[in-house]
Amino acid sequence: MSEETKKIKLKVYRTNYKKEEPPHYDEFDVSVKRWTTVLDALLDAKSYSDSSLGIRYSCRMASCGSCGMKINGKPRLACYTKISELNDQTIVCDPLPSFPRIRDLVTDFTEFFAHHKKIEPYIHNDKVPIEVVNKDDLVEFKQTPEDVDKYLQFSYCIKCGLCYSACPTVATDTKFPGPQALSQTYRYMADTRDSGESTRLDIIDDRHGVWRCHFAGSCSNVCPKGVDPALGIQLLKGHLIGITKNDKKIATLRSKEE
Amino acid sequence: MPLLKLRESQIMKIHYLTGICAVFFVAIHILFRLIMPFGQSLEFHNVVANYHNMYYVILLELILVFISIHGFNGLRIILIELKQNQWWESTITILVLAAMIGVVAYGTRTIIIGSQL
Repeated sequence: MSEETKKIKLKVYRTNYKKEEPPHYDEFDVSVKRWTTVLDALLDAKSYSDSSLGIRYSCRMASCGSCGMKINGKPRLACYTKISELNDQTIVCDPLPSFPRIRDLVTDFTEFFAHHKKIEPYIHNDKVPIEVVNKDDLVEFKQTPEDVDKYLQFSYCIKCGLCYSACPTVATDTKFPGPQALSQTYRYMADTRDSGESTRLDIIDDRHGVWRCHFAGSCSNVCPKGVDPALGIQLLKGHLIGITKNDKKIATLRSKEE
Repeated sequence: MPLLKLRESQIMKIHYLTGICAVFFVAIHILFRLIMPFGQSLEFHNVVANYHNMYYVILLELILVFISIHGFNGLRIILIELKQNQWWESTITILVLAAMIGVVAYGTRTIIIGSQL
C-alpha cells in the first residue's frame, strides 16, 4: 500500500565558526510521508543534496538525546518530531539556543555537562564500598515501589539539553546550573539510596543556584521525556526554605545471603 | 560583613516573608483609607491625625521596612543576573544594602517628624 508523499521545504541554519563562514539558511526540498521525522528529512537532505550538513544524532528513538535542535522556533528532538505534526510546509531548523555553536546544527555541550557533573549525579552512600574487590561483598538496596515512584519521573532525563536551551535564566546567567542539573539534584535527594543531600544542597544554594529559577516553566514545556524539571526545582526550593520536609529513610542494604 | 554571608535560601526566606507581610500590612493600610470617603481620608488634618495614632505609625514603619527589604532584594536579584563576576555581585549587594538602609532611615525620619514623637 503506497502512502501519500508530499514536498516540504527544509530551511537549515548553516555556519562553521572555524572557517568564519557567515551564518545563513540553506533550503532543501524534501519528499516526506506521514511518519517522516525531522531527522529523517535532514538525513535525506544530507544524503542527496548536501553531504556537508552538520547534524548530531545516534539512536533515532528519543533515547540518546543527541539530535536536539530548535525546530520551528521550539527546542525539540529531531528524531521525535514528525513533520506531519508541525502542520507547516516550511520546517526551520536552528541550533539549540544558549549553547555555543560548533557547526550548522551541532552545539557544544561542555558547559551543560559541567553543570550536571557539579551536582555529583551519583549515589552517595558511605555504607557502600566505592570499589568492590570481592564479589561476595556485593550488596543491594531494599527499596519499595513507593520509594522508587518518588524519583522515577526525574530519572527519565536523557540529558538532551532541550530544557537548558529553553530556560530564560540560562540565557542570561551563565553560572545558573539550569533545569537539568537542578532536577537531577532533586532526583538524588528523593532517592532513598542516597545520603548526599546536604552536599548537593550546599552546591545549589548559591547566588546563581536554584533561587534564580523564576518558574517560567518552559523547561517542562519542551521536555521530550515528561520529566517536568520545573516541578523538581520547586520541590527543591520548598525543601530549602523548610515548607516541605524530606523525611526519607536511607534504604537498608541487603547482602547476598538475604 | 555577616549580612553578605547569608545563604541564598536564608535571604529568599526573608524575601518571601517580607513579601507576604507587605501584602498583609498594605491591605490594612488600604482598609484605613476606606473607613471614610477616600478623598476625605487624604485631607491634611486626617493624614496628620493618622500620624498621631501610635498603631498607625507602627503600621507605616512596618510597611516601609518590609517593602524596602523585599523591593531592594528583588532589585539585587535582577542586577546580579546581568553579570557573573564576584566584583559585580559584591558591589551590587553592598550598594543595594546601602540604598535600602538609606530609604528606611529617610522614611523613618519622615514618620517620626510627622508623628511628632
